[in-house]
Amino acid sequence: MRDFYFHSPTSLQEVFSLLEEHGEDARPMAGGTALVVLMKQSLVEAEHFVSLARVPGLAGIRAEADGLHIGALTNHRDVETSPVVKQGWPLLAEVYRNVATVRIRNVATVGGGLAHADPAQDPPPGFIVLDARVKLVSRSGERVIPITELFTDYYETSIRPGELLTEVIVPPVPAGARSVYLKFLPRTADDYATVSVAALAETEDGTCRRLKVALGAAGPTPVHATAVEQALNGQRISPEAVRLAAEAVAAQVDPLDDFRGSSEYKRDMAVVFTRRAVERVLGLA
Amino acid sequence: MAASDPIPIRLTINGKQHQASVPPRRTLVDFLRYDLGLTGTKEACSVGVCGACTVLLNGRIAASCITLAVQADGAEIVTIEGIGSEEHLHPVQQAFIDHGGFQCGICTPGQIVAAKALLDENPKPSEDEIKEWLMGNLCRCTGYYQIIESVKAASGQAV
Repeated sequence: MRDFYFHSPTSLQEVFSLLEEHGEDARPMAGGTALVVLMKQSLVEAEHFVSLARVPGLAGIRAEADGLHIGALTNHRDVETSPVVKQGWPLLAEVYRNVATVRIRNVATVGGGLAHADPAQDPPPGFIVLDARVKLVSRSGERVIPITELFTDYYETSIRPGELLTEVIVPPVPAGARSVYLKFLPRTADDYATVSVAALAETEDGTCRRLKVALGAAGPTPVHATAVEQALNGQRISPEAVRLAAEAVAAQVDPLDDFRGSSEYKRDMAVVFTRRAVERVLGLA
Repeated sequence: MAASDPIPIRLTINGKQHQASVPPRRTLVDFLRYDLGLTGTKEACSVGVCGACTVLLNGRIAASCITLAVQADGAEIVTIEGIGSEEHLHPVQQAFIDHGGFQCGICTPGQIVAAKALLDENPKPSEDEIKEWLMGNLCRCTGYYQIIESVKAASGQAV
């Protein structure tokens, strides 16, 4: 690993000053589980690490009237084990439980993971079906955007220079909604998904009222499977309708060839796992 | 000021206060092994996957190969050297001996630190809970059966 400067600011203003001063040579650092590995492999060559660990107020989980607020420095394990999360947002506890190993989840943070924007991560599909928003703060103010607008390309986000992701806001889950996260893991239990699917649905008298589906490891960004949702929303629930709707995901995904499988194989698996996930949330399986 | 200039850190390791100056790129495992001579902690994969370098960071397991020493400033670290003593082995250590939980020994410090952390949090884990917790600690010798048995035995459960 090459040498770098390590800064430990104790306020957001100090963080913004360091990011302004060093521009593209600076990288904010949260838990570091991804950043240190990327530095070791020379995939990132930052001159300046700006640690967020000593900035107060960036970690914590709290439920408010508009939903769950998760501070960016909250680690994965705290989301996974939080009674508040398990009670009101069980899908979130489930997606975080699926990340790597306990050893990584103890250190990796919610905001660091989202800013890292590896499209194979487990949490983003969960956040997408839960209609999460992220708060981006800079010296000049703050903006809140839907999480679907955060991911722009492979490891790329819409976070602007000088901006920090400080919080994720997840609206309350409607009573009676069913959710599931399916992660296809043919290799080892701590691996990234070959393909993964999060789904959430509200149903009424055999009709699909509101379906949400999103996939991980299925393209250069997490994929919001709008075609599947549109095919089923307002429709009578049947195995045939779900089978046809799941096939619509094939045109929305764009998986990468890698050692977990070819692009064609992952596209097929995206259809299979989408069907299974939707069957589960619509009460067919 | 150069990027390689050492940064002062203070931390507690196995109950003892330490002060040191480390270059920012120094990993925690290198700091423990080469600056302090605490060579019980092993480094194998170097990318946080294999578990050999597992230490307790403020009571929770962490991968010391992808943690910078400067990140541990102010922290409380426990390494394998801080678990049990030669005269009084920790129950997990004794169980690994009694049940053949190790062969070559490279993964063993990480396995024992991780198993201790599991039992601190969950004193009577099920076999599935043991497997889920330890899946990130790779062993190329034992086939894992003896390791799982050792952790069960250390928790006072029949094996």
